Amino acid sequence: MNFTLKIWRQKDAHSKGEFKEYKVSDISSDTSFLEMLDILNNDLVHKGEEPVAFDHDCREGICGMCSLHIDGHAHGPSQAVTTCQIYMRQFKDGATITVEPWRSAAFPVIKDLVVNRGAYDQILQAGGYVSVRTNSVPDGNAIPIPQADAEESMDAAACVGCGACAATCKNGSAMLFVAARVSSLAKLPQGRVEGARRAKAMVAKMDELGFGNCTNTGACQAECPKGISIAHIARLNREFLAAKFED
Amino acid sequence: MGCFLTNSSLGRKLVMSISGCFLVLFLLFHMAMNVVALIGDGSAYNMICGFLGANWYALVGTAVLALGVLVHFAYAFWLTWQNRKARGNVRYAVTVTEKGVDWASKNMLLLGIIVILGLLLHLTHFWSKMMLVELMGQHANDLGLAPTDGAALIKYTFSKWYNVVLYLVWFAALWLHLNHGVWSMFQTVGWANDTWLPRLKCIAKLVSGLIFLGFAVVAVVFYAKSLCCGCC
Repeated sequence: MNFTLKIWRQKDAHSKGEFKEYKVSDISSDTSFLEMLDILNNDLVHKGEEPVAFDHDCREGICGMCSLHIDGHAHGPSQAVTTCQIYMRQFKDGATITVEPWRSAAFPVIKDLVVNRGAYDQILQAGGYVSVRTNSVPDGNAIPIPQADAEESMDAAACVGCGACAATCKNGSAMLFVAARVSSLAKLPQGRVEGARRAKAMVAKMDELGFGNCTNTGACQAECPKGISIAHIARLNREFLAAKFED
Repeated sequence: MGCFLTNSSLGRKLVMSISGCFLVLFLLFHMAMNVVALIGDGSAYNMICGFLGANWYALVGTAVLALGVLVHFAYAFWLTWQNRKARGNVRYAVTVTEKGVDWASKNMLLLGIIVILGLLLHLTHFWSKMMLVELMGQHANDLGLAPTDGAALIKYTFSKWYNVVLYLVWFAALWLHLNHGVWSMFQTVGWANDTWLPRLKCIAKLVSGLIFLGFAVVAVVFYAKSLCCGCC
């Protein structure tokens, strides 16, 4: 298969970026999108040009490191997968594919397609954890948790923190990420103890870092590689408002 | 606690939600009141107009309502300004409408501005010829009608085809705005989950549809009546 790639190139955080066109040819339909970029970079290195910088790590959809806005979609045109799980057979032979970095004021571009997602780490540090005594391992059934709650918690915990939600949201809002983290802990007895403090601290950090206000468009849910529901945002709203009214 | 309504994103959204809910309730009341104009010779409607004339309770109600609109409007601009800033200066070259995302949900400010413009037109057509005239101590408006004769004013306003078109555009913008707004206000206060989200969206469609139809039918029926040259 042959493709024309329109890729955002930007030397560093302070330089002005622009789109550059590249041609890739004889690509196997079973090549993954990131492997196709590897092939492109191999060609660029052989030509003595600067390879395209992009984030990646596990390449099996669990680390949340890969990003890329491909043809208008975070993580490409497929539903509920990360960029590393996209294959070239999903594109038409001869197609022009536009590849952009995440666009959000809180995720500044570092180079080419790489953005700084440290803001999400800062939100987690503000309260996305449980404070527990690290003694010996407790008995597995010491705290019974209803199946439905455990399932809901695990659905929220599937969030890989890739940033697709804020990158997709027209308001640059990080609500789906914060909601997933708050919700996964709020549904478990171990997490409930610090529930109010967590919701307030994480929302305050999210606001401080310049993320936008959620307007419930649902675009984040549609583009989330883990299919996290905006119902978790309702829970975050509930947790936060209850905590504020208790103050 | 007072300041989280201004300094927290979720607090600001709560203000939008509560003020929006208040306006939806008012619209339901206003729509129900308008439909009365279709019944009989308009005397029932004029009775309501008389009740809601320049009385202290009607004035307080109007002031609270104006405050509700003002808060909703001011917060909308404030939130949109913050959201544009959060989005950053460089925009995507390629954008798409994501699966399951309503056009209205991404254009609430635009729809809101159309609603406000329609409201200004409506205040000029009705409020300034009714309550304002009474407040000024006059007994007739510039059309020569009594300020409590709302039925005659409806008849006059909707006999002009361009008014009917303008009002229908206004009602359509309101319909789309509420289609998103009604379920969104429940989501913002946290009264939603995976089971209730589809139900709330259905309820929003019903409420917004009812409000649109209730308002539109009055405009259309009075225009149709005006074409009958007094035969009905």
